Amino acid sequence: MSTKKETVLVPMPSVNMIPERDFDKSPALECINLGISFGGLKAVENFNIALGRTEISGLIGPNGAGKTTVFNLLTKVYEPTEGTILLEGKDTKSLTTAQVNQAGIARTFQNIRLFQNLTVEDNVKVAMDSQMKYSLLSGILRLPSYWKEERVARERAMELLSIFNMQDLADTKAGSLPYGAQRRLEIVRAMATNPTILLLDEPAAGMNPSETAELMENISHIRDMFHIAILLIEHDMNLVMNICEGIAVMNFGRIIAKGTPSQIQANPAVIEAYLGKKKEA
Amino acid sequence: MGKTIRNSRTRTVNFITYALVIIAYIILQSMVSSGNIKSVLKGMLVPICAYIVMAVSLNLTVGVLGELSLGHAGFMSVGAFTGVTAAMAMFYGIPGVAPWLRLLVGMVTGAVFAAVAGLLIGIPVLRLRGDYLAIVTLAFGEIIKSLINNLYVGFDSKGFHLSMLEDKTNLLEGGKLIIGGPMGIGGIKKISNLTAGFILVMITLIVVFHIMNSRSGRAIMAIRDNRIAAESVGINVTKYKLTVFTISAALAGAAGALFAMNYSTIVANKFDFNTSILVLVFVVLGGLSNMLGSVIAAAALTILPEALRQFSEYRMLVYAIVLILVMLATNNPALRALIDKLKPGRKNEEKEG
Repeated sequence: MSTKKETVLVPMPSVNMIPERDFDKSPALECINLGISFGGLKAVENFNIALGRTEISGLIGPNGAGKTTVFNLLTKVYEPTEGTILLEGKDTKSLTTAQVNQAGIARTFQNIRLFQNLTVEDNVKVAMDSQMKYSLLSGILRLPSYWKEERVARERAMELLSIFNMQDLADTKAGSLPYGAQRRLEIVRAMATNPTILLLDEPAAGMNPSETAELMENISHIRDMFHIAILLIEHDMNLVMNICEGIAVMNFGRIIAKGTPSQIQANPAVIEAYLGKKKEA
Repeated sequence: MGKTIRNSRTRTVNFITYALVIIAYIILQSMVSSGNIKSVLKGMLVPICAYIVMAVSLNLTVGVLGELSLGHAGFMSVGAFTGVTAAMAMFYGIPGVAPWLRLLVGMVTGAVFAAVAGLLIGIPVLRLRGDYLAIVTLAFGEIIKSLINNLYVGFDSKGFHLSMLEDKTNLLEGGKLIIGGPMGIGGIKKISNLTAGFILVMITLIVVFHIMNSRSGRAIMAIRDNRIAAESVGINVTKYKLTVFTISAALAGAAGALFAMNYSTIVANKFDFNTSILVLVFVVLGGLSNMLGSVIAAAALTILPEALRQFSEYRMLVYAIVLILVMLATNNPALRALIDKLKPGRKNEEKEG
């Protein structure tokens, strides 16, 4: 496995993408030389990034660039073979996927992964499990702690569902929701875990333009309401350029450019990655 | 908004299940006390209760958690032998103990030992998934069978004496050999009765329904629906799987003790692979996660072979045919649609939707 490195905070400029207002605070999440190889193939290497406390940032790049792999590394679905992930300054090396979530990273999935046979409300309540305290026995015996915490959970679930105006769907089975609603429910479920960082994997995939516009508003709204950092993978450039404050572009497992939306739009390496090399005249 | 439709529907199904069990108990108990019952049926009352508990507890593992276990009879066996041993030791050790107390101690002991067995086998095994888990649980059932077939347990004034492979217990004067290897346990006092069975069924249903309707139940069903997503929202998958496995084993253990104390002798071969499969058939036939279905299937399929006595040697053939026909009928889409139409509350749902 990987080397026994001291977890020193790397000076910020080297990984900096942080908007000005978050400068004085330590980053919510920091990746230092993060990498993973499957056999001989290096899927991600030298991945350096820092997320400001309340920043919305984007991770873009052509298909197969390793964007979702980065999410899987951050949430410990894959164990990194190189580098360090610092969450609130703490190394997540020894944590499992569930513990990383409890430490503050929540995510959605590119291919929707809802609990199909559970209702919308229960999908959200499942995500509150690690915040609930009543024991199995109090659940079986229906002690007062059960009733109290269940009532609180229900109220909170309804509150979270109201972000996307989904309270009326609370009793619907998640599997029978329309596609767009399923994507929104994934975000609500992630928010129910009380994260400090929200990772969105192609939140607008399969949505029509008006749904996408609404989603954009909602993402900003969530950030303003909960004061969290959001990192999103997205192919809809309109969405990315409009709501992201910082953008990192990946190609072949490496970051090829970092900067503000306008910097990225003008960057020749990015244009090359997306459109190919200009033919020599 | 008021109370939710789903919640009220779940509650209705749970209520029907409780009501059905209570009504069946009242009818059967009045038949028993008035002596108005066929002796064949009377002898089957306790096994029916035990199999209902087995089916409901296995449904918690297979239906709610979604992990296939083929060794459920192993836990029943552990519960049967430890439970009867405890009850018999109590009978010899403390003269004049009320039978119901011995039965209770036997069932609790059976449940505790089976739970420990469930926990011990669960820790290494639950990292496996699907077919692998099924194979290991199958092996577990066979190991328990062989183990008990070679186990000798005696009880005398100095307490319990254990030995393996041959009887080396060297009991003192007045001591009793309780478990005699392949001979199993003989001379059991038949202290199980319908009331004890009824109480165990009710406890099982309450435990299972209350788990399903709590944070643990939601987490368990989330793991079944999508393990990766469950982990991503902070669910400790191993912990919950182990919890289910242990509870399921404990209930099976209590059922085993109840079952064993309905007979004068009991041998380990009674709880073999066939019994595990039989219980699995109850679960599948009744419907995964459908506890009411498990109760009905367990009761009906335990009575069925007896009811088919008139077919004499063709009995098991007819049993198999009935099984196939029921499976086909309950999976028939047209029939399903018809049943859905007849269900009350469906119209409300359409209006709300």
